[in-house]
Amino acid sequence: MNKLFNQIAINIIRLIAFLVVILLALLIGKILGDGLPHVSFKFLLTPAKAFEAGGGISIQLFNSFYLLVLTLLISFPISLGAGIYLAKYAPKNKLTEIIRLTIEILSSLPSVVVGLFVFLVFVVEMKLGFSIIAGAVALTFFNLPLLTRNIEEAIASVPDLQLEAGLALGLSKWRTITKIILPESLPGIITGIVLSAGRVFGEAAALIYTAGQSAPAVDFSNWNIFDEASPLNVLRPAETLAVHIWKINSEGIMADANQISAGSSAVLIIVILIFNLGAHYLGNLIHAKLTSSR
Amino acid sequence: MKDEIQARILKKSKESYQEVWGKSLVIFCTLLICMLVISIFVFITSKGLATFFENHASLKNFFTQSTWNPNMSDKNGKPLVGALPMILGSFGVTLLAALIVTPFAIGTALFMTELSSKKVRNFLQMVIELLVGIPSVVYGFIGLNVVVPFIRNHFGGSGYGILAGATVLFVMTLPTVTSLTVDALKAVPKHYRQASLALGATQWQTMYHVTLRSASSGIYTAIIFGMARAFGEALAVQMVIGNASLLPTSLLTPASTLTSVLTMGIGNTVMGTVGNNALWSLALVLLLMSLFFNVCVRMIGRKDK
Repeated sequence: MNKLFNQIAINIIRLIAFLVVILLALLIGKILGDGLPHVSFKFLLTPAKAFEAGGGISIQLFNSFYLLVLTLLISFPISLGAGIYLAKYAPKNKLTEIIRLTIEILSSLPSVVVGLFVFLVFVVEMKLGFSIIAGAVALTFFNLPLLTRNIEEAIASVPDLQLEAGLALGLSKWRTITKIILPESLPGIITGIVLSAGRVFGEAAALIYTAGQSAPAVDFSNWNIFDEASPLNVLRPAETLAVHIWKINSEGIMADANQISAGSSAVLIIVILIFNLGAHYLGNLIHAKLTSSR
Repeated sequence: MKDEIQARILKKSKESYQEVWGKSLVIFCTLLICMLVISIFVFITSKGLATFFENHASLKNFFTQSTWNPNMSDKNGKPLVGALPMILGSFGVTLLAALIVTPFAIGTALFMTELSSKKVRNFLQMVIELLVGIPSVVYGFIGLNVVVPFIRNHFGGSGYGILAGATVLFVMTLPTVTSLTVDALKAVPKHYRQASLALGATQWQTMYHVTLRSASSGIYTAIIFGMARAFGEALAVQMVIGNASLLPTSLLTPASTLTSVLTMGIGNTVMGTVGNNALWSLALVLLLMSLFFNVCVRMIGRKDK
């Protein structure tokens, strides 16, 4: 009796795991199967059209990457500082616990709420309007807790002996950390950055009311940051690829809205896959380089 | 002469200046993050409470009435802000999604930790990581193209509604809940299982009575994390829920959630009006719920120790 019951239960568990794999296969198959036929160089390199079919995603794609770079430029230094503090300086007391709790709360805040806060403060109160920089700030909020945790873990994984050896040689703690421990934890930090890049790239909810939902035409030969039409201008509104998918699905009127979203979804997934796979590969590569182990 | 030496010895070295400078820098970064969190709470709370203090909406009606039309007033001259449909919608999709995701996550996690070989386990790990990486708009798009027509053809109705929202959230939260459950199961010491098997228990009895029991608080944490994510998810849900601020009468009728009303509404209202303030009140509810989920996780963690 027990044996039979055992067999049944184990087979049910196997079935569930199998179903989950099938689910993923169907999902990825559906996204890539529907999307890839629409992805071509023309699709990637022409700007979107508002009303008629045949538009591409060039500006959205550029915006996504530019926003990602800006976000990392703002969030990396802050996370690095906070990560160093939490891993090496923070005393074990109530205050540190509260700080950790605060960072944890930030990571669990719904992204709409973060987006609305940035909308309120930067877009409305500071009168920046819908702009890339407001979007980058929103994504920074979203990114800070995750990146901080990754960096803290990477730093904490370096044995304490390194710090002690540095101190014993008369180096200051700060110098030991920046010159010895940081290079040692670099692979972990870089893996963390690339993984967070994948998350940032697909985020849309926080961007609708910060970076905006329109992608004005830009002139890719114009590199003057202060010019309205320059792709590098941080004050222009910038719809990203993820926002584009949402936008054309909720109010798109072009004839090929469905194909464009399918194509954009496929591009989004592929870029994120590259980030995720790249994170592990890059981490291993840098580790091998630094420790000169093959 | 003596003073000069004394001065040189007592002078702070370059190293210690660097130390002070560096330490203040990293403390500044940490405090900056904390300040950000505090300012989010302060801003959203003050904006969210304005509905009740400035526009004199009643707090009781906010949670119990189902008419959402902030620009109109009821017979007492109070704005009509009944958020019950959104609150019910949000809880509806979250609880339903949690209900579906729990057996799948526990089953997959048990398979990964107890039954599979290392190769299969690594493969499933990769599958889960892939699922985590898919952005929420893509889930919404798939929901719109696959889940909604499926529900329309097989269950009737327009297809939009709580069932569609919960299905999309189920797939979205599955990887999070599964990988946290796997961590919880892995933390159960091996000798618990060995002892149980040695007593003659079958594999299933061991899993059910020993492994799952000792990992229970970790599994609860995993489910609550999944629910927190589902509750705060905006776009994927907004795309499939139908966006009608009506009291949901069944799982198949169009409904709305706190997040869907927020995403649709903020762009259509003017800062400072009742309609806008009412939306900030919804954001405040979201904020408090995410805090509540956090407290739950903390409490479970504390009980465990």
